[in-house]
Amino acid sequence: MFRNQYDTDVTTWSPAGRLFQVEYDMEAVKQGSAAIGLRSKTHAVLACVNKANSELSSHQRKIFKVDDHIGVAIAGLTADGRVLSRYMRSECINYGYTYESPLPVGRLVVQLADKAQVCTQRSWKRPYGVGLLVAGLDESGAHLYYNCPSGNYFEYQAFAIGSRSQAAKTYLERKFESFLESSRDDLIKDALFAIRETLQGEKLTSTVCTVAVVGVGEAFNILDQATVQALINEFEISGEQAPATASVAEEAAGDAAADQGGAAAEEEAAPMDI
Amino acid sequence: MPKEHANWSPYDNNGGTCVAIAGSDYCVIAADTRMSTGYSILTREYSKICKLADKSFMASSGFQADVKALQKVLSSRHLIYQHQHNKQMSCPAMAQLLSNTLYYKRFFPYYAFNVLGGLDSEGKGCVFTYDAVGSYERVGYSAQGSGATLITPFLDNQLKSPSPLLLPAKDAVTPLSETEAVDLVKTCFASATERDIYTGDSVEIIILNANGVRRETEQLRRD
Repeated sequence: MFRNQYDTDVTTWSPAGRLFQVEYDMEAVKQGSAAIGLRSKTHAVLACVNKANSELSSHQRKIFKVDDHIGVAIAGLTADGRVLSRYMRSECINYGYTYESPLPVGRLVVQLADKAQVCTQRSWKRPYGVGLLVAGLDESGAHLYYNCPSGNYFEYQAFAIGSRSQAAKTYLERKFESFLESSRDDLIKDALFAIRETLQGEKLTSTVCTVAVVGVGEAFNILDQATVQALINEFEISGEQAPATASVAEEAAGDAAADQGGAAAEEEAAPMDI
Repeated sequence: MPKEHANWSPYDNNGGTCVAIAGSDYCVIAADTRMSTGYSILTREYSKICKLADKSFMASSGFQADVKALQKVLSSRHLIYQHQHNKQMSCPAMAQLLSNTLYYKRFFPYYAFNVLGGLDSEGKGCVFTYDAVGSYERVGYSAQGSGATLITPFLDNQLKSPSPLLLPAKDAVTPLSETEAVDLVKTCFASATERDIYTGDSVEIIILNANGVRRETEQLRRD
């Protein structure tokens, strides 16, 4: 990208009023594998592409449960993402301990954003190299937020981050108006379609993606591979039929498959967590 | 010059009794539901039992404010454990955590007399009994609280092996069936209620086995 004399540390402004280190940091997010999020009034879905470095290794965990009502998907430096997830979990636990109620998502993302901002204003630190899609539930329904390494955060109807996320964003931009009223299963199918866009030709199977759901009456949980594969099979068999206009029969079948995976599922890979 | 003494105490005793019995494939944890202070009753319907994990239940008598704080600390620690290990804590692990948590406040203790009951990783019942500062032991049965002195000798008579040589200390499990154990517990509380003024109103009984958790309540004398 740009190499110039104002990008050595994060505390140096450029003459044009830019902090290059922070911008480079955002590039790191774009290099990570794709993660997408979408939400309706009552549910929020996170999905991500899981590419293992080699056939021999397990793939990285990019979706983390933060609390029963909050989950996060990351793109970029996954190590930084792990550390931030641990911070988020800790904040939720402490809030729950003090107030005996769940930490509102909106509060959590502000705390996260403030934490990220600190790293953009200290000469001995570097910004967190990870973008976070935070999906959560509060009294007003389901929410999706995107936290930048810059310390900014935005609320979204649907969003995609990471490599080849533009393809997913294009798909989501076409469909997002229908999401608010979507059913849980339609939302998941839209998420899978969006993920398929980022794969650009590669076959979508449950081994390369992870899907997680949180909703009213459903604690945050990561769907197990069998459930995800069943959903993929459904819409690939039925062809390019848009899930927003899915037939009643298809929805009924989807409900049955999704219900089995609705309960909290175990992670297949060994938990290499902190 | 005689020493000045404080005109208040950070502690109070809310009374009550807790009992737990371990079986070969079940565990019974019980506590009365009376909460008192001095010679008065605060409420007749207070639960002293807390679910710490899928297979660990803790019953605590003593100062209920400290008990509540202890329950919250352990619940939060369990959440952290679940995030880090992707699974529930085993009962023996929770037992050690409880011991460490109590000893952490060795010089300003939790005024809580605890009995931890659950199933170990083999599915056998386990009961752990504690003092206020964390000294603990795995046993086949235990009673704590104001009625403990009345109940323990009775349980010894019913459950303890006649000779220590016949039942090695390792096998800390009673030969009773689940229904027999529950009946025994009800009998214990009925007897303790007769003579201990701090025990009564009703007894809450939790039965933990391979099929899950069951909860029973039995009315006791309210005087």
